[in-house]
Amino acid sequence: MKADPKGVLTGEHYLDGDHACAEGALAAGCRFFAGYPITPSTEVAERVSERFPDIGGIFIQMEDEMGSMAAVIGAAWGGAKSMTVTSGPGFSLMMENIGLAAMMETPCVVINVQRGGPSTGLPTLPGQADMMQARWGSHGDYEIIALCPNSPQECFEVVIEAFNLSEKYRVPVLVMADECVGHMTEKVVIPKADEIKLYPRRYTKLSPREYLPFKPGKDLIPEMVKAGDGYKFHITGLTHDEKGYPVMTWEAQEKLVRRLVEKIRLNADEIVHVEEIDTEDAEVVILSYGISSRVAIPAIQKARKEGIKAGQLRLVIAWPFPEKKVRELAKKIKAFVVVEMNYGQMFYEVERCVQGDCKTLLVPHGGGWVHDPEDIYKAIKEAIK
Amino acid sequence: MELIPKVTHHYLRTKKKFPNVWCAGCGIGIVMGAIIRAIDKLKLSRDEVVMVSGIGCSSRMPVYVDFNTLHTTHGRPLAFATGVKLAKPSLKVIVITGDGDALAIGGNHFIHACRRNIDLTCILVNNQTYGMTGGQFSPSTPFMKIGTTAPYGNRERAFDISKLAIASGAPFVARGTAYHVVQLEKLVEQATLKKGFSLVEVISHCPTLYGRLNKEGDAVEMLKWQRGHAIPISAAGKVPPEKLRDKFLTGVLWDIEFPEYCEEYDKVIAEAQRRD
Repeated sequence: MKADPKGVLTGEHYLDGDHACAEGALAAGCRFFAGYPITPSTEVAERVSERFPDIGGIFIQMEDEMGSMAAVIGAAWGGAKSMTVTSGPGFSLMMENIGLAAMMETPCVVINVQRGGPSTGLPTLPGQADMMQARWGSHGDYEIIALCPNSPQECFEVVIEAFNLSEKYRVPVLVMADECVGHMTEKVVIPKADEIKLYPRRYTKLSPREYLPFKPGKDLIPEMVKAGDGYKFHITGLTHDEKGYPVMTWEAQEKLVRRLVEKIRLNADEIVHVEEIDTEDAEVVILSYGISSRVAIPAIQKARKEGIKAGQLRLVIAWPFPEKKVRELAKKIKAFVVVEMNYGQMFYEVERCVQGDCKTLLVPHGGGWVHDPEDIYKAIKEAIK
Repeated sequence: MELIPKVTHHYLRTKKKFPNVWCAGCGIGIVMGAIIRAIDKLKLSRDEVVMVSGIGCSSRMPVYVDFNTLHTTHGRPLAFATGVKLAKPSLKVIVITGDGDALAIGGNHFIHACRRNIDLTCILVNNQTYGMTGGQFSPSTPFMKIGTTAPYGNRERAFDISKLAIASGAPFVARGTAYHVVQLEKLVEQATLKKGFSLVEVISHCPTLYGRLNKEGDAVEMLKWQRGHAIPISAAGKVPPEKLRDKFLTGVLWDIEFPEYCEEYDKVIAEAQRRD
C-alpha cells in the first residue's frame, strides 16, 4: 500500500526532529493524535495541531498522558491510525495503557523524546535513560518494538517504520528519540507519496459469523476489525480467549501471553534493524543509538587514523534487541564499547548476548549533554589493550 | 411485563458470557436492563453502539451486551470513548462507569469530559463503594459510613456527582435510581438523544458489602431507601427545606445547549482547509 499524497509534504525541508516526526506520522497515514504538552516533545503536538485538520485528521489535547494513551487506543478501534508523543514523566504515566494496547493488540505509535531523568530531571536537555522502561515499563509480560532515530531525516523515516511495524505485528510501537535529535534542525527530504510503502491494517475478510477477534494466523497475529462494521466485538484488558471474552485460568494465560511474547520474539529476525559502519574488519565496535551514535563518530575516526580498527553497530531498532548480530560480532571482535546517555541500560543487554566472547565496556553519561568524543576515544583505546 | 425480559434477552450475549459476576440483589443488572430498553426504544442498530467501561462491578456490563464493547483500564473509559467517538463520530458511544472508576482514579477524565462536551453518554452507577475489591469507601461514600478501609467510619466528604458534572460544564445531567426503573429508562433515552456530553448518575445499592457493613438491610430494604429518599426535581420546590436535607433530587437536573466538540472540530478542519 502506498502513502496518501494528501499527507506527504514531498520536497526538501529544513526541519527539527520533532517536526519531522509529525511529518512522518502524516506520511504514514496517521489521522488521530491525542497528547499532553511536555518538553521537549511539544513541537510534535504543535505541528500536528496545525497540519492534521488540513487533511481531515484529528488532534486532541487531553487532560493528561493516561487519557492521551487511552484516546489513542480508542481511536484505533474506531478505525484510525493513531499516535501520541511525550517525554519521560509522561511516558511513565502512559505505561498503564501501553500495557493495555499490548494486551488488546492495538496498533499505535508512542514517541518519547527522551530528556534527563529521573522524575522531572532535565526537561530541556537530553537523556537516553528510558530504554529499559520502554522494554519493561508496563506490568506483566509482553514484547514491544522500539526505534531510535539519530537525525531529523531519520525521525521522519522511523515514524513511518514504526506505524508499519505496529500494523504488521499489532503492538504499540515506541519511537525513542532524544532531546538532541528532537530539537536539532537539519535537511529532511520527504519523498513522493508513491515511494512510501505502508503496511495496511490487517482487517479481516471473514464474516462476523466466522470471525474470532484473537484467533492468530500462522505468524501468531490475529486479524482486526473496527467498531461499526458489524462485528460487535468485545475487547478487554483481562486475560481472554480467542473470542475476546475474559477467562480466568492459567491455561488461557499461557495461551495468550505466550503468543503476545512470541509474536515478536519469533519474528525478531524480520524486525531487527541496525546500521553497521566499518564493522567488517573491526576490532572494537561501538554500540550506540540516537544522538550518542553521532557523537561516537569523531572518536571512531580518530581511532581509525591511529590504526585502531574501530566500527559502529547502531541500533535503529533497540527492541527487539539484535541478539544474533551482537553474538556474531562478539566472536570476531576484541570488544564492544557501549555509548549511551545513562548508567548502563542497553549495555547489560550487550553483556547478556556476548556471554564473555569479547570484552564489554560502558561509556556512561547521566544526560543533560552529549558525551565528550574524547571519552569514547579513550574507551576504544582501553578496549584494545 | 413479559416483554421486558424478551427485549433485554435479545441484546444479551446469553450463550457466551452468563452467568454474570454480579451478586444477587445487585442494582447493576437493573441499570443494564434500563439501558438496553432505552436503546431498543431509540431503535439504534446494535452495530452502531459502542459501550466503553473502566474497571469495577458496573464496568463488567459491556461483556454481557451484544454491542461493540471495550472493557478498558481503571478510570479511563471516558478517555477511550473520546478516541472512539472522534475517530468515528457516527457511532453512539455509551460509557459505563462507577463512583470509584469515574471520580477517584478517573476524576480528571470525568471533569474534562464534562467540559470538553464530546457527544458521549455516561451512565455512572453510584453504589457508594468499591464493590469488586471488597467494600472499601469510595469518593461517594457518605460521611461516617463504614467501608472495609474505613472501619471507624469514613471521615471524608462525599462528592455530589451531579453537581460536580454541572460545575464541570456538562450540558445534560440527570439522576435516577435503581428503584425508579421506568424513570431511569427515560433518563437514559433522553441522555442518549442529547447532542453533547450527558451524564446519568444512578443511585444504586450494594447489599453484599456496603449494605451489610452499614446494616442497611438486604437489597429490598436498600431499594426502599432509594424510594424514600429520592425527590423528583419537579416536586423539590414544594418540599420544605428541612425535609430535603437528607434527600437527593432525581430527574433531569440540568439541560443546556453548548457547541458539541466533534461538530466544532469539523469547523476547525474547514478553517484549516480554507486557509490553504
